[in-house]
Order: sequence, then C-alpha cells, then structure tokens
Amino acid sequence: MEVFLQQLINGISLGSIYALIALGYTMVYGIVQLINFAHGDVYMVGAYLGFFATAILGWSFLPALVMAMIVCAILGVVIEKLAYKPLRNAPRITALITAIGVSLFLEYGTMLLVTPQVRTFPQVLPEVQWKLFGNLTVSNRQVIILVITIVLMVLLQYIVHKTKIGKAMRAVSYDKQAAQLMGINVNQTISATFAIGSALAAAAGVLVGIYYNAINPLMGIMPGLKAFVAAVLGGIGIIPGAMTGGFLLGIVEAMVSGYGKSLYRDPVAFVILIIILIVKPAGLFGKNVREKV
Amino acid sequence: MSMFQRQIGKQFAILLVLVLIWLAVEFMIRFGILNPFYELNLILIGINIILAVSLNLINGFNGQFSIGHAGFMAVGAYGAAMITLKTQLPLPLALLFGALLAGVFGVLVGIPTLRLRGDYLAIATLGFGEIIRGIIVNIDYIGGAYGLSGIPKIATWSWVFWLTVLTVIIITNFVNSTHGRATISIRENEIAAEAMGINTTKYKVMAFTIGSFFAGLAGGLHAHYFYTIQPNTFNFLKSFDILVMVVLGGQGSITGSIIAAIFLTIISASLQSLAALRLVIYALLLIIIMLFRPQGLMGTKEFSFKMFSKKSKDREEKPHGTAVGQ
Repeated sequence: MEVFLQQLINGISLGSIYALIALGYTMVYGIVQLINFAHGDVYMVGAYLGFFATAILGWSFLPALVMAMIVCAILGVVIEKLAYKPLRNAPRITALITAIGVSLFLEYGTMLLVTPQVRTFPQVLPEVQWKLFGNLTVSNRQVIILVITIVLMVLLQYIVHKTKIGKAMRAVSYDKQAAQLMGINVNQTISATFAIGSALAAAAGVLVGIYYNAINPLMGIMPGLKAFVAAVLGGIGIIPGAMTGGFLLGIVEAMVSGYGKSLYRDPVAFVILIIILIVKPAGLFGKNVREKV
Repeated sequence: MSMFQRQIGKQFAILLVLVLIWLAVEFMIRFGILNPFYELNLILIGINIILAVSLNLINGFNGQFSIGHAGFMAVGAYGAAMITLKTQLPLPLALLFGALLAGVFGVLVGIPTLRLRGDYLAIATLGFGEIIRGIIVNIDYIGGAYGLSGIPKIATWSWVFWLTVLTVIIITNFVNSTHGRATISIRENEIAAEAMGINTTKYKVMAFTIGSFFAGLAGGLHAHYFYTIQPNTFNFLKSFDILVMVVLGGQGSITGSIIAAIFLTIISASLQSLAALRLVIYALLLIIIMLFRPQGLMGTKEFSFKMFSKKSKDREEKPHGTAVGQ
C-alpha cells in the first residue's frame, strides 16, 4: 500500500510533465492534423533555455521559466512557418516526414551546439522532503511541478474558452474553410496554437530540469513519444483528454518502475498506445467519426 | 529481335555486370588490395539496399507508412545469431531462420496495426519497433541490454552481395506480379481497390510480411558481419535512417532506393567521425526533399537508360497519391 501511494505521488509529478507536453501535441493535431514530432524537442530546448538562464545567467526559477516559455513560443512559430506552412495542402505523410526531419534537426543541431554531455541543473530550488504518514514523502519540487502545471492548465482553459483567439482556435479546428469565410485569420490562429503549445512544452522542460537535475540533447525523444501516447490515450485533439492521458500514463509508468519492473517502463507506454489504437482509436474522451469516401 | 529475346538479352547483360562487380571486389578482397574500411562500407551498402528496398515495398508500393523497420531487423539479427551461437548450423540456415522469424513477427504486428491509417499507422509501427527492442532488453538469455557478442563473423562479401541481388530480384518480381499490382492499387486508393474486389487486408499483411522478412535477412547479415549486436543498434534512429533512404530515392521506386542507399551509406561513411553533423545533414535533407521534391529523386519511376532517350521525356510524370489517410 505504501509503495502504491508513493508511486502515485511520483506518478502525478511525472504525469504533469507528460500532460504539459501532450497539450501541445493535441492542440496542434486538432488544428492542422499533424503529428508534430518536433514537439518533444521543443521541450528539450526549453530545458536548455532554463539551464542557460539559471546556471549561466544566474536567474531565479520563475524568470527562467517565463523566458524559456517565450523563446520556445517563438521557436514553435518559426518551425511552423518554415517547415509546416508550405506543406499545408500536401499529403499528410509528407508533413509527417518533414516533422521527423525537424525533430532530428533540433536534436542533433543542439548536440552540435552544446555537445552531447549531460548537464547538471543548478539547485535553484533547494530540496525539502516532507514526511506524510509512514514512510511516505513528498518533496517541495513535486508540489511546485503540480502547482505550476495546474496554473498553466487553468490559464489554457481560460484562453481556449474565454478569449477571442481561443474561439478562433476552436473554430479553425472545427472547420478551416468555414472559419476563413467567417473572417478568421487562419494562419495567425495556427501560429498562436504552435506558440501556446511550445510554451507549455518549454515549461515542462524547465520543470523536468529542476526535478531530475540532468538534461541532454536527446532527452526529448522518449517524453515526446510518450506525451503523444498520452494525447492518443485521451483522444487526440481534445484538451481535457490530453491532461487525463498525461496523468494516467505518468501514474502507470511510476507503478511499473515502483514494482521493480523499471526496464519495462518504455515498452508499457507503447503497449498502451497499441491497445488504444486498436480498441478505441478515438481515445478515452473521443467520439468515433465515420470515414467519408 | 522479338520483345522476349530483347528482355532475355537485357537480363543476361545485367547478370554479366553483376558477376563482374562481384568478381572484381572478391578478387580485391582476396589479394588484400581493398582497404578494410572500403570493404566494410560495401557490405553496409548491401545491407542498406536490402533494408531500403524492403521498406519501400511497405511504404512506397503498398502506401502503408511504417517507421518501425529496425525492429524487424533486430528480430532477424537476434534470431540468426542465436542459431549460429547455440546450435552449430551453417549460415544460410541461420539467416533463413532469422528472416522467417522476422516474417512471423511481421504477420503478428501487421494484422492488428494495418487496420490503422496514415499517421496512426506510423506511430503504431514506431511503437512496435520500440516494444520489440524493449522485449530484447529484458531477456537475459540473449544478452539483455548489453547485447550479444561472439557471433561468428561468417557473412562475407559474397553472401551479402548475392543476397542483396536476390532480394532486389524477388521484390521486383513481386511488384510486377498480379499480387504486386493489387498491392500498388491499395496505395493509389484503398477504398477504390476494395470496391474492385481486392482483399486489402490480405495484401497489406502480405507486403508487410515480405518487407519484414527481408529486414530480418538484413539483420542476420548485420549480426554475422559485425559479430556483436546490441538492442540500441536497432532503435528508431536506425528506422529513420532506412526511411530517409526510401524517401530520398522515391517511394515506389526500387532503383531509387538502391541509388539512395548507396549514396547515403557513402555520405555517412565519410561523416563517421561527426555523428551529430551526419544526422543534421540527414534531417535537412529530409526537410528539403519534402519541401521541394516530395516524390523523391525517382518518384515512382525506375531507372533505365531509356530514361535519357527522347521518347520517355514526352511522357509526363503523373503525380500519384502517396496520400495515405487523406
């Protein structure tokens, strides 16, 4: 029971990270039907920006987080404009291959810039362990990760449901042509989606930096893929689905490691993906849409 | 000369050229003229051609976008290596076993996944590739995460060369057969193909299985040339490597895949000391091809000397749909 509760706590922190990345995947997929493979690498860039701000410039945690989010938002928009926009009417596989290319480019471009060595994050937040009952512990970092994730999610819900750009996003994801006829600037809306998604990924990157203390240029691959699994699990294109999927996946993964099967951690995520794709491809929150001829 | 005689004459000429290439290289290896580095790269070219051509059958000719090819290569590599390590059976049997095992995996993976389309299929195959690797890491009997070493180094230039030739011949003949035509029709339009009475599931699984079988063969050759294999050799970066070859050469062109495999193997050999730079170049190559020539170097055409004559230039290249899941 104790192992279970402890892994639940760990899983929720890990799940917050997945949820933040999955939100970007799901938003981009909802609006342009593209699996943005490079999304996990934007998260990695975010982690490096956080490292740069705290370790080299000596900033404190919050300014570093905000800076990483802003820079990655710009990066997301640039990627969209250069690589994806020219392919908007191309077959989806063309766009998918391009996304794989962008992903490899970010990974190995970063590696050329900063060398493949693992960097240690500075202790911007000194670790405090709180004992709950028994041997159950929660660290202040886990709490901070959860709080920041929830704040960002609430903010996102506000943007999507209450603001003009959010309305535009929902309209474009529903029907691009009709939205355009209603006077919505589709290009601007897509850029905004990429910006918001990338900013969330960057936040996840900085949070991972302070949680695990170590970052490297290929760190985005696995979390990126797993966040995609989380997005599919919740139903791709559905924002609450991505949050739920992220938390669920984080908890499952923590349980697998907690019960001594840590080598099975990665395969389990993919097994979940395959099962979902086969049994309920629309995801937990999705509705089945009939294919049109 | 009749059409038939001309065909035979052409094939005889190709066979003659192949024998000459094989003899020349074999001679240079025997007498130590060929630098071991070049020999290594010739072997790699052969293995990569097998991989690219077999993936092209799935991605190019069948239009099912798979990015888990390295997983099947791993199955073949481990399957073949276990045979030579644990029993004392000769290389051909080991290779056959590895390839068959990969083919069986192809069926098992193909039946459930091939119901998916487009990018979902892509991500599912990637998932399967990673699951296969994850399973290998967890089996201590076959070396776990440390890999398997001490595999006899018995895959020689002759084996690699002639098996590459055999792979290309078999896949070319398959593509040009009735089954191959059915396979291609699924790429062009799955719903229309089904309406014409083609059993799409059967042909998708068939293409996937044949592709996996040859990926397994390439894996077996890899294991018996490098005498040590690790699960990490077969991660999805390897799958992407193969994918870049197929995409660069043209999805749906066997000669395109061969040219791209040779070209990219030479590029990566010359950039060996700069692994990160190599992948940056690969990535840029991939993006630039997609932006400016998404059909790849050859599109769906095959290379032939007739291409340069005037007659074929009049024929417009028809844009075909690799548009899966559109």
